[in-house]
Amino acid sequence: MNWPAIRAIYLFEMARAWRTLLQSIVAPVISTSLYFVVFGAAVGHRIETIEGVPYGAFIVPGLIMLTLLTQSIANASFGIYFPRFAGTIYEILSAPISPVEIVIGYVGAAASKSILLGLIILATASLFVPLRIEHPVVMVLFLLLTAITFSLFGFVIGLWADGFEKLQLVPLLIVTPLTFLGGSFYAIDMLPPVWRALSLFNPVVYLVSGFRWSFYGRADVSLGISLAMALVFLALCLGAVTWMFRTGYRLKA
Amino acid sequence: MSSIISISGLTKVYDSGFKALDGVSLDIRQGEIFALLGPNGAGKTTLIGIVCGLVRPSGGTVRVGGHDILVDYRAARRLIGLVPQELTTDAFETVWATVSFSRGLFGLKPDPAHIERVLRDLSLWEKRDSRIMTLSGGMKRRVLIAKALAHEPRVLFLDEPTAGVDVELRQDMWRLVRRLREQGVTIILTTHYIEEAEEMADRVGVIRRGEIILVEDKAALMRKLGRKQLTLQLQAPVAALPDALARYGLVPSADGSELTYTYDSQGERTGITALLTDLAAAGLRFRDLQTSQSSLEDIFVDLVKDAR
Repeated sequence: MNWPAIRAIYLFEMARAWRTLLQSIVAPVISTSLYFVVFGAAVGHRIETIEGVPYGAFIVPGLIMLTLLTQSIANASFGIYFPRFAGTIYEILSAPISPVEIVIGYVGAAASKSILLGLIILATASLFVPLRIEHPVVMVLFLLLTAITFSLFGFVIGLWADGFEKLQLVPLLIVTPLTFLGGSFYAIDMLPPVWRALSLFNPVVYLVSGFRWSFYGRADVSLGISLAMALVFLALCLGAVTWMFRTGYRLKA
Repeated sequence: MSSIISISGLTKVYDSGFKALDGVSLDIRQGEIFALLGPNGAGKTTLIGIVCGLVRPSGGTVRVGGHDILVDYRAARRLIGLVPQELTTDAFETVWATVSFSRGLFGLKPDPAHIERVLRDLSLWEKRDSRIMTLSGGMKRRVLIAKALAHEPRVLFLDEPTAGVDVELRQDMWRLVRRLREQGVTIILTTHYIEEAEEMADRVGVIRRGEIILVEDKAALMRKLGRKQLTLQLQAPVAALPDALARYGLVPSADGSELTYTYDSQGERTGITALLTDLAAAGLRFRDLQTSQSSLEDIFVDLVKDAR
């Protein structure tokens, strides 16, 4: 393993986050806080509780998941796309680094940033609503699994995209709607039967459900299925990245 | 002298079907400056790209320092530094950060003393804390060279290193290249400026349509393929040349005031003495004369033209 190279990529990517502190950290924290104000304080007063959990506290796992998903994808996709766009990718490709090491550097940095954000939002949420975490180990597991999986997904998008428009396409048109419809703001049981059945095709449902279980011990689907789905998606992303490096897709002619 | 790079039967066919390299075999000697010349689209950048790991070969083998670039890519790439043709830099990074990053990528521990030496050598020390986006084009070119030297490579590829840079920077780069050669670094440069190859290179290779059509010691090449010309400025213009001078193949200027004689400087007899005697016998007097030698550029143009 070329650890100095992994370290160089990791620190380079992390330095970008500190350099763009407002955009990387402050903006997501502010927008998430606004969700608490609107859904937790304003709307939440009329909903009272869902499955015995105050509405403001109920949406916290979903909001963290929303941030994890969008930020993991955004960080990782931009991280690898920008060197391709600027041409500096030549340096990565001509260095004595294996594809695995490149992925660890970029995906590790993207996942670290989104986990950090998730924890900041968790801390911010505790200022607005009473929180409890019944299964902290499972919470950390879901946090890690989701951040790594969606950073890998973002990495795939960053390799696939051949323009800034495409870079935004998947997060805006697919991931954000799936997250909003994935039970971040409601329990799946609250939906009419048809929508409830359709929701089960949404992979985000399993992540939000499993993550919420780690907080309150309540879930839309069983924990085992949630974990299995998260692992399946992780395997799919790993498969896509492996194929891309093996064929040189969008990297090597 | 032993080879540091050994290329054998290298081919590259792009997905579009375009054959960029067609069975290229080439040995680069340790410690030499090798200039790779060729018209646009000849395959220079593809060849460099394959050796450096940017392009996948379709066939053939490349060994760098005895290491196969595919099987033992880590060891091979550690030996190589690449300065690309385009000014591709991280706009928002500082000079120090980007050069240090390059060293890390090659698996080396941080060495501030080495980075300082490289930056000072390239007159970048004063700019070490500047963001790259604030630098001039010439300075950015120096940053690219600094990045390529950050891991102390034994082979340095310079792909069109002086394209678009001013004369002063070009001279600086030539000095740097010579200094690196003195330190034992092998340098392979592609260039459009033939004068650069003429000035710098120990050996010259010419590539055309994916094939190496010539590899030759620069001095030997210029001796072998170079021609000399003698130009005579006449005291009075001539309308037509006397028959006695026909065998010399003299070319008169448009106004008949000059005659040009082309000869082989390496030949046993240049024919100059006989020509001057015959000119005097024909009553043609000249007031001045000059000789000129064909440049590497002339040789290159002839080679590429002949291969068509």
